[in-house]
Amino acid sequence: MLDADFFRRWMTATAAAVDREAERLTALDSPIGDADHGSNLQRGFTAVATTLEKEDPQTPGAILMLAGRQLISTVGGASGPLYGTLLRRTGKALGDAGEVSEEQFAQALRTGVDAVMVLGGAAPGDKTMIDALVPAVDALGDGFTAARAAAEEGALATTPLQARKGRASYLGERSIGHQDPGATSSALLIAGLAEANGE
Amino acid sequence: MRMLINVAENVVADALRGMAAAHPDLVVDVENRVIVRRDAPVAGKVALISGGGSGHEPLHGGFVGPGMLSAACPGEVFTSPVPDQMARAAAAVDSGAGVLFIVKNYTGDVLNFDMAAELAEDEGIQVAKVLVNDDVAVTDSLYTAGRRGTGATLFVEKIAGAAAEEGQPLERVEAIGRQVNENARSFGVALSACTTPAKGSPTFDLPPGELELGIGIHGEPGRERRAMMTSREIADFAVGAILDDMTPRNPVLVLVNGMGGTPLLELYGFNAEVQRVLAERGVAVGHTLVGNYVTSLDMAGASVTLCQVDEELLRLWNAPVKTPGLRWGI
Repeated sequence: MLDADFFRRWMTATAAAVDREAERLTALDSPIGDADHGSNLQRGFTAVATTLEKEDPQTPGAILMLAGRQLISTVGGASGPLYGTLLRRTGKALGDAGEVSEEQFAQALRTGVDAVMVLGGAAPGDKTMIDALVPAVDALGDGFTAARAAAEEGALATTPLQARKGRASYLGERSIGHQDPGATSSALLIAGLAEANGE
Repeated sequence: MRMLINVAENVVADALRGMAAAHPDLVVDVENRVIVRRDAPVAGKVALISGGGSGHEPLHGGFVGPGMLSAACPGEVFTSPVPDQMARAAAAVDSGAGVLFIVKNYTGDVLNFDMAAELAEDEGIQVAKVLVNDDVAVTDSLYTAGRRGTGATLFVEKIAGAAAEEGQPLERVEAIGRQVNENARSFGVALSACTTPAKGSPTFDLPPGELELGIGIHGEPGRERRAMMTSREIADFAVGAILDDMTPRNPVLVLVNGMGGTPLLELYGFNAEVQRVLAERGVAVGHTLVGNYVTSLDMAGASVTLCQVDEELLRLWNAPVKTPGLRWGI
């Protein structure tokens, strides 16, 4: 079972990973975006870590909903509403249980990813965060390590794609040959699950 | 790259403090990042709110004041503001006549303004929205995020702002804003990339002797790179791209807009070429504006926006305006 501490560790691990990788995310965002993905997420997840400590929500659902709200209020751009919605909807789907099973969490995360697809209008293959998140959710039944590998593979596989959503889509064919920064940060989020579980 | 800043994290807050000091007609909430005209809410008047990433100054904060915006919400550099900012602005400027959000068509701006509209509506504020998408360099299709909002934003904010100042109701102000956007087209070129404070180096490499055609206003590269062209050739290309997409029957407003790093001397020279092409193509000009209005930090280059206007829109364009960035008739 996954308790509130697991979800706190997930958010802390993600914040640390985003901090560590911020420069790389921004560098990926330079040729096909506007060179700010790392710094924006860094600001958001730092705020998430601070607010979780201050408000100390007690259930998995409450933790993710608060984290999502904080991302919406601090990140801006498309990433704020999209990552915020991902966590809020996942948290909402977990309800107010004190502990959830891995299966319940996998189902809730799928609800969250579906909400992101509706909000952003992106489908798999559009060269977005969805290309890391969908394979990760599909692999979650085999455990967090499998999900991490699937997300990383999904992020790498965005390189040859032509962007059809977001700012990179303005480049048309020139977006080909660059790894998508959103898929890359999504892989960090999924990797945080394995880390929170001590894997 | 040398920049006149303290630390990159504080550039937006520092600029807002400076704006507050320079423009006593504005109330600048530095912490919450909202710029409001001092006399808001104005009884019975529809309030116009816009916002977007910082780095495009004077857009949007420099267009707050009588005859134009009621409030502006600056985000981080090139990053759309968060919903809380627009909801706070709406609460500050709504007189009960409703608010109009003017949103440039970028995924982030659209999502954040939509979330803000929900928050404001929950507070009982009536919200309408005009989406600006005038950039002909982007093919509007299922395979892109749609045309970007660029220079036409100035025309929408000025003309809809004049209609609101006259006391026209929300549906009418919204309709006028949409009409302006539908009749406006833009095309931009970059002679250099820009440098964001966070990154500290140019957002893309543009070798000497080349230029980017069809750029946006966020330092993103354009659709095509070519060997450097003359002002004359660039005017032919940019105006040509616009007229391929729109055939004006009425006179047009012309905005020859600098991206931030091109001297006014060059912009005026470029305007002479733009006016030559328009004359050759038989397009009548109602009014021309030349200067740095919708910028992209220190990018060198320019954009052309044409906005077809009927007598009513031209009258509203010429109506008095008093903002830091545009000021006439008052």
